[in-house]
Amino acid sequence: MDFLTLLQVLDSSLRLATPLLLACLAGLFSERAGIFDIGLEGKMLAAAFLSAAIAATTGSVWLGLLAGIGAALLLSAIHGLASITLRGDQIISGVAINFLAAGLTVVISQDWFGQGGRTPPLLSGGRFEPLSLPGAVPAKEISQAGPFMQLYSELFSGHSLLVYVALLMVPLTWFVLYKTRFGLRLRAVGENPAAVDTAGISVVGLRYAAVGICGVLCGIAGAYMATALQAGFVKDMSAGRGFIALAALIFAKWRPWYALGACLLFGFFFAVDNRFQNILLPAWAMSGVLLALGCGLFAYVRNKTLLDRIVLGGLGLGLAIVATLITLSNLNAGLGSMIKIPVVFIQSLPYVLTVVVLAGFVGKAIPPRSGGVAYVKEK
Amino acid sequence: MDVMPKWADVVLVPLISLIIAALLSALLILAIGESPVAALKLMIEGTLLRSSGWGYMLYYTTNFIFTGLAVSVAFHAALFNIGGEGQAMMGGLGVALVCLFIPWPHWSFAIIGASLGAAVFGMIWAGLPAYLQAKRGSHIVITTIMFNFIAAGVLNFFLVGALKPKGSMDPATANFPASTHLPTFEDMASLMGFEKMFRAAPANVSFFLALVACVLVWFLIWRTPLGYEIRAMGKSEPAARYAGIGSVKIIMVAMMISGALSGMMAINTTQGESERLILNFTEGAGFIGIAVALMGRSHPLGVLLAALLFGFLYQGGAELALWTKIPRELIVVIQALVILFTGALSLMVRGPLERLFLSLRRRG
Repeated sequence: MDFLTLLQVLDSSLRLATPLLLACLAGLFSERAGIFDIGLEGKMLAAAFLSAAIAATTGSVWLGLLAGIGAALLLSAIHGLASITLRGDQIISGVAINFLAAGLTVVISQDWFGQGGRTPPLLSGGRFEPLSLPGAVPAKEISQAGPFMQLYSELFSGHSLLVYVALLMVPLTWFVLYKTRFGLRLRAVGENPAAVDTAGISVVGLRYAAVGICGVLCGIAGAYMATALQAGFVKDMSAGRGFIALAALIFAKWRPWYALGACLLFGFFFAVDNRFQNILLPAWAMSGVLLALGCGLFAYVRNKTLLDRIVLGGLGLGLAIVATLITLSNLNAGLGSMIKIPVVFIQSLPYVLTVVVLAGFVGKAIPPRSGGVAYVKEK
Repeated sequence: MDVMPKWADVVLVPLISLIIAALLSALLILAIGESPVAALKLMIEGTLLRSSGWGYMLYYTTNFIFTGLAVSVAFHAALFNIGGEGQAMMGGLGVALVCLFIPWPHWSFAIIGASLGAAVFGMIWAGLPAYLQAKRGSHIVITTIMFNFIAAGVLNFFLVGALKPKGSMDPATANFPASTHLPTFEDMASLMGFEKMFRAAPANVSFFLALVACVLVWFLIWRTPLGYEIRAMGKSEPAARYAGIGSVKIIMVAMMISGALSGMMAINTTQGESERLILNFTEGAGFIGIAVALMGRSHPLGVLLAALLFGFLYQGGAELALWTKIPRELIVVIQALVILFTGALSLMVRGPLERLFLSLRRRG
């Protein structure tokens, strides 16, 4: 793989990581204030639809962006009403919002455009065009440029405005959360709302503010998907990105800079999956890794309780069996032969990694203490 | 003391939530330029007034009973199993392996084997998140969501790889042998002499399996010590622990039963309908289980009624998509509204009702 290919993969990682990053920071604000939000997916989808629909009809991408933010804010308001004012179950509310968005976007787009749940393709002016940074060489001449120029032109230049906005949101989020009074209060309300209330600050107000910020960021994320990453809305186009953002949020342990890292990593998985359909690995390496993992699990559970031994030991046994199967099926061709890593494995990696992190085997992920619990003021 | 009488809590709250959801859906139908009354008429004609309509409705109902019961059992232990979809996918894998690789002499044996296969695979897929919750404190909602995606990957892996017959382009297994095919309602009706009933409808004998599951779950939850422990744990974990009920055991057992029930949904769709394992055979039924359980107040009888309602909505929705310009996704909106009003916004319905009953009591 040459340097330019690597740059192209990284460039596409960045583009694919952007909606994840925006949604992840959205979830970060909400969850740091103690409101669990598994409705990120639905808000992104609703925003993607409305931004594409408005951009297609008015021809202005900025109006589209505003409409997208509006759609996400509306769903945020429902989530806030359910989980803050009416003290309902935040997870059930999130589930409902996901379905509401999945259903309404198709029903409305079918009514407005009659194209089987998609919006008309966006023309120029209806999209966020790639910005060329000063001095960058155009794509046609890039293979002749020097390595630094390639790095600059391919990776840093040529993204749409929203990519840079998303990247700027990371330090901004960090600053707001850790360096402002509002941020301190917002974090406190997720850990100990009673203390915040005692200090005479409105818990409800803070939580609504957090949910509102979450809506705005989800709106930008959705608009980016429909007006920059692609040219128009397609049914179910968020395709689980909201849940991957949630996974990234946990992977990042609810911190802004870590969130950037997690989203770039998951974006990289997407990019690798898009670019390389066949990733080959020698058979001995593949079965070796699986066998080592299995043995590691066995060693870990040796002195644990029966349940640990059954579950983790069983998992280790499963891995060892898979390793044996790989070895046996490749004996004829020799253990040095290359075998293909299944595409689905790369696609599932974000979820598997999140489960591993949640399990606390690689650093413990501790959520905000009052997350998911409605605050009831003492009377 | 309860503010509301029990009947109001059990019947009135879900009913009012349903009416609100129905009214909002009617507004939506009006907004896209169709008549809600005509739509309802079409749904009833396509579902309740034709035997094949019933056949489709009960086919969907069977799925929703299994997934609804699955969510309910977990709810009783105060666990939110959002992973019914993934557990059902793994259940399908279990059904396929049992049906393809064991030579069954007759469908009646095959359905027992397939039930076991589906239940065991679903159990394993729910057991891992349960273990992570019980022993490592990982939030079960997040892990079960992740396991849904991983299950989709696993299913995909097998259907484009090891289980796909050579030369086939479809991501699906080979057809199951004829001896495993379950009798449909059409077969049963013609056996009893009604030749023209349930023509081509997919409902099959696993509907009765779902009814048996309802009774068994009712017995488990309200008539056995284990069910008592599950409910105690769901009401208050510290109290349950004080009474000597181990939370690790209850989380594991409740989730594994839940996973087994979700997995068994696959008997209906895989062994009963498609007669081979296909991608996306779950069609979101795992998620509808959440709406069904909320609407049915986690009681098997309520789950049965709610599953019938959603079966009606699904079949009716297909009719609407066929004859009007209302897309099928309208049902997803109705489902969302039901979840919203019976689950998250229940205080909005319950609050005014409680005030009403309080004022009635003061007067009386």
